Amino acid sequence: MSTLDNSLWITFNGEIFNYLELREELIAKGHHFATRSDTEVLLHLYQEEGPACVKKLNGQWAFGIWDTKERRLFLSRDRLGVRPIVYTQSGGAFSFASEVKALFADSGVPRRVDLKALDQLFTFWFPLPPHTFFEGIFELPPGHSLTLQNGEIKIERHWEMNYRPDPVGLRSEQDYAEELWELLVDAVRLRLRSDVPVATYLSGGLDSSLTTAIVKNFTDRRLRSFSVTFDDPEFDESHYQQEVVRYLGTEHQQVRCSYSDIGQIFPEVVWHTEKPILRTAPAPLFMLSQLVRDAGFKVVVTGEGSDEMLGGYDIFKEAKIRAFWGAVPDSRLRPLLLRRLYPYLNNIQNQSDAYLRAFFRVGAGDLASPFFSHLPRWDVTAKIKTFFSDAVRQQVNGSDPTDELSGMLPGNYRQWGRFLQAQYLEAMYLLPGYILSSQGDRVGMAHSVEVRLPFLDFRVVEFASKLPPTLKMKVLNEKYLLKKCAGDYIPASVRTRHKQPYRAPEGKSFFSKNFDYVDELLSEERLGKDGIFSPPAVSMLVKKFRAGRAIGVKDNMALTGILSTQLMVDQFIHNFNSRANKESHAEPRSPIKAVRG
Amino acid sequence: MQNLEAQLKQFVVENFLFGKQNGFNCDDSFLEKGIIDSTGMVELIFHLESTYQIKIEDTELVPENLDSVKRLVAFVERKKAGKEQGSYQSAS
Repeated sequence: MSTLDNSLWITFNGEIFNYLELREELIAKGHHFATRSDTEVLLHLYQEEGPACVKKLNGQWAFGIWDTKERRLFLSRDRLGVRPIVYTQSGGAFSFASEVKALFADSGVPRRVDLKALDQLFTFWFPLPPHTFFEGIFELPPGHSLTLQNGEIKIERHWEMNYRPDPVGLRSEQDYAEELWELLVDAVRLRLRSDVPVATYLSGGLDSSLTTAIVKNFTDRRLRSFSVTFDDPEFDESHYQQEVVRYLGTEHQQVRCSYSDIGQIFPEVVWHTEKPILRTAPAPLFMLSQLVRDAGFKVVVTGEGSDEMLGGYDIFKEAKIRAFWGAVPDSRLRPLLLRRLYPYLNNIQNQSDAYLRAFFRVGAGDLASPFFSHLPRWDVTAKIKTFFSDAVRQQVNGSDPTDELSGMLPGNYRQWGRFLQAQYLEAMYLLPGYILSSQGDRVGMAHSVEVRLPFLDFRVVEFASKLPPTLKMKVLNEKYLLKKCAGDYIPASVRTRHKQPYRAPEGKSFFSKNFDYVDELLSEERLGKDGIFSPPAVSMLVKKFRAGRAIGVKDNMALTGILSTQLMVDQFIHNFNSRANKESHAEPRSPIKAVRG
Repeated sequence: MQNLEAQLKQFVVENFLFGKQNGFNCDDSFLEKGIIDSTGMVELIFHLESTYQIKIEDTELVPENLDSVKRLVAFVERKKAGKEQGSYQSAS
């Protein structure tokens, strides 16, 4: 789309939810509109305010505006990174897109693995922005804009998470709860603005139950909800889902996911995530978006973002207990709290006290680390680098991925305290790097389903950043304030249940049936040819899985990470053209909202 | 004794180090070297019980018994000796 005088052109992937209000403001300033679309509003807002226009946006966006007079390209990505932008420079050209595969449509763009990014991914679960899995391909970090003019690239931050918690007691809990509820209701209301019907995802947890309840109670929409269920009861939450369905009276559909389903669709899932994944959790969500699409819906409201903003994750709880114990390391009573962690993980619950203490012990110097909360997770993840080939180990040897992250932290990070530091790491890195991408936009858009996230409305996010941490996690009670808001809008059993993070069946999915791609990509010959992983080490891991003896988090992460890396290399480097052709003959998808004027 | 040590070392190397010994020796602490995590413990106990026909009591699940190949050897030997004598001895 362009302005009437063709001076500005826009390509836009996403939604601006407050476009009606912005449109009115612009009309009052003399702008004329030819359509009712948010794309045109964005274009006029840029014309009016230039790059600063993004500060007025409430939405999820990735857009590019070409100013023909100034010969200036302006790219921008939303605050939390719901929508992706990747870019590259090759042969004197600058290209950008929502997906790496669009950049690779230009055969002149090199397709090589960035080993430094792989080292980061095998530590944090994602490459640190702006790195991607591919050398020379970069992502625009969340909350940033890029300007390209006269061959010069300038990248600037337009938004940053900044925690400035109110002093405890400044306002009453009730007062905070009422404001949070009002913001959430309005965030949902804005996200129901659509020219197509909107549905909800329902996991059976607090967050998606609440967003579904808000749609039910505060709009006149006919309510459709969708969920994924699992054959394996260890992962299945259908009992809670059905309680919410009955309570709210939604018209509900579900898709059942088996081990072999995950093994079957995994190559397709990785084709869409565009980076290796250490968990299979994106696969069932890929099936879910297929179900939604088949039911005729293109937009879903979900509860993602609540755990990051309002204090729901187990890692916050774990860090709290470790710090509490670390303060008096000889205490016999303090480590007893460790039993409160991970009630859904049998391998943890079955440990003796002595070993529970040993696994969660706080090392010398840990308490002073800016990454205290995340050290155990990153440490376990980094163990899977054991499987790197000698050549890869030599190339990444000596680099510590946390060094680069240290340099990216905001100046006041160290003043925040451990809880807010942990929140920052989850909200600013894991959320866009994995949750919103591999488990969100990528697997949704694989079936042209757009995910909308009320908990990531910037007004909710900024409100949450001012909450005293005790209202997020009161002692060890997670999302305390949100539960207070929930009241009778959802069943009491869902409000008070033990939090169970969304997980999916892992490594054994790949051996539940005979999958040719697994045999081929994990064969010693293929591993040797690709050169990333050590063939004998991977063979021992595969043998362990085939014997049914691989039960641990580390083994499962290793297998999923190795297989998805091999799939990335296979689909994006060795066989890109044939893989892309297969895609183009499939049902057409339209991930980019590009309207021509 | 030597045979048992070699067997246990091989189990640890194959299942937790995936063949990459990197100077691993039989005195190394599994916990300090990060070799065994919580699920690794479950694997290890299952292996000891099924391979050496011993039953490990909760009170015996302590690093003093299980935190290196050498400690494992001593523990298994003690358990097997105790079993032959018709009684178990707890090391804790």
